Amino acid sequence: MPESILLRWVKDGGIHELEAYRRAGGYEAARRVAEGMPPESVIDLLVQSGLRGKGGAGFPTGQKWKFIPRSAPVKYVVVNADEGEPGTFKDRALIEGCPHLLVEGIIIAALTIGAHKAYIYLRKEFYKGRRLLDAAIAQARSAGMVGDRIFGTDRSVEIVVHSGAGAYIAGEESALLESLEGRRALPRLRPPFPAQAGLYQQPTLLQNVETLCHVPAVINLGPERYQELGPPALFSISGSVVRPGVYELPLGTSLRSMIFEHAGGLRPGRRFKAAFPGGSSSALVTEADLDVRMDYDTLRQAGSMLGSAAVIVMDDAADIVEVIARTVEFYRDESCGKCTPCREGTIWITQVFDRLMARRGRTEDLALLESIAAGMTGTCFCPLGESVPPSLVASLRHFRGEYEHYVADGSAHAH
Amino acid sequence: MAAQPRLAALSERARAEIDRLAGLYEHRQSALLPALFVAQDEAGYLTPEALGAVAGALALPVQDVVSVASFYHLLHLEPVGRHVVQVCTNISCMLNGCGAVVERLQERLGASPGETTPDGRFTLRTAECLAACEEAPVLIIDEDRWPRVTPDGVDALLARYR
Repeated sequence: MPESILLRWVKDGGIHELEAYRRAGGYEAARRVAEGMPPESVIDLLVQSGLRGKGGAGFPTGQKWKFIPRSAPVKYVVVNADEGEPGTFKDRALIEGCPHLLVEGIIIAALTIGAHKAYIYLRKEFYKGRRLLDAAIAQARSAGMVGDRIFGTDRSVEIVVHSGAGAYIAGEESALLESLEGRRALPRLRPPFPAQAGLYQQPTLLQNVETLCHVPAVINLGPERYQELGPPALFSISGSVVRPGVYELPLGTSLRSMIFEHAGGLRPGRRFKAAFPGGSSSALVTEADLDVRMDYDTLRQAGSMLGSAAVIVMDDAADIVEVIARTVEFYRDESCGKCTPCREGTIWITQVFDRLMARRGRTEDLALLESIAAGMTGTCFCPLGESVPPSLVASLRHFRGEYEHYVADGSAHAH
Repeated sequence: MAAQPRLAALSERARAEIDRLAGLYEHRQSALLPALFVAQDEAGYLTPEALGAVAGALALPVQDVVSVASFYHLLHLEPVGRHVVQVCTNISCMLNGCGAVVERLQERLGASPGETTPDGRFTLRTAECLAACEEAPVLIIDEDRWPRVTPDGVDALLARYR
């Protein structure tokens, strides 16, 4: 097992006290940046590290920081801690395990782009995380690392924790900004992108929790060593595995190795059936894909995506029709209703599934599902609606027999 | 002042807290969600008076405040029980047996998801993925997350909340 970069802070109950974090080398990267490491150098390290956004889109982090206009007088850092993509729990684990790691990443980001204020948009349901983050920020403030004149310099970084109110769509970056401004979480038209006009129409660096937690390691280790160690990524592995959990593994680890070497394999007597490799928005993969490298490009070529690296594993006891039905219900309930393909499409699809599950399905229903999925592809205003077709279409391709079984009034269960 | 009677729906302390929250942002409207929770925590749910008071405190049109409040799952425009039980029913929890947990809860509470027990003690809800899939099936009661819940563990769990 390679040296751990992120989980070392989280394992064995984690590190919550400032002194313990500092003794282990915490806040050293932030100190170096505060004491005069030029922003270009920080950004160069990020570019060379190859770090990409861990929220789902995988955008190169260094490039994102570069997009923030240097000359703008007011800028913000906004942290997307509204983790909600089904199957994803790595950000929650980081916040609960070592809140100081996120705080340090935020300080570095704010100093580098020249922002004086950062907001953490935290999922309301992260009650424990909220208490721990508030405590960590208070400790860092007392120690002169958050607030005015941090690290004895003339620079200031304020951090405010802002709890959401229960809306999956608020995890979409532009909807998050709307919500943070005190409105309904409806996605914004882009461009302009947050880097030009984000929070309060000012240039805004929006990053996922895990992404910022990688930043101190990139600075401390240097991009070469960071690359050699993986590059590391957190995978949330859950579903029908013996040891579900957050695993830090090199990008490109195979699904087979994740399930059978790391997550304890399947329960006795069970056989692998399918997995979502990157949250419920990613197309299902099957046994034929067990040896595919789990990285951005390979999964894309395989017709799926790494997304938030949330691996949901299903064994042969899983009913694929039921799984997809539940997934679409979720998107229907969480659709903000702004655009028609998403609002209506998710309703239509769940109506077909209701019919199938009630054993009243019609032969033409499978083609109808494909047709609605095609109508939603590329037509939705934001990624929420676009998340529905991939797994639906993949399930119809790989597990058509189970759908036909429902239509033929049989149960797709246990063969 | 016309706004005074509306503000009276919230205590002095709640109004001071909303003012403090508004100061954390460049625009006071950003404090709307946190302010709504202050009002909800005090009144139990967002009564028309509480919504009006929040609107007054942040100088927002009350219809905007109602529109925002109605968008989010965790803001209640109707009365809820003293304890809110939220069961995750997303894929990982489903694969690990949340269906049986929901059934047992329904049976014990005599309430379906979305309903409140007649004694006003519990409101049962299903929830979006709670980002704790390694603890599936998982549920949240008020602010506490409970991991690996079994149908047989439901009684002991409910007994902790009076």
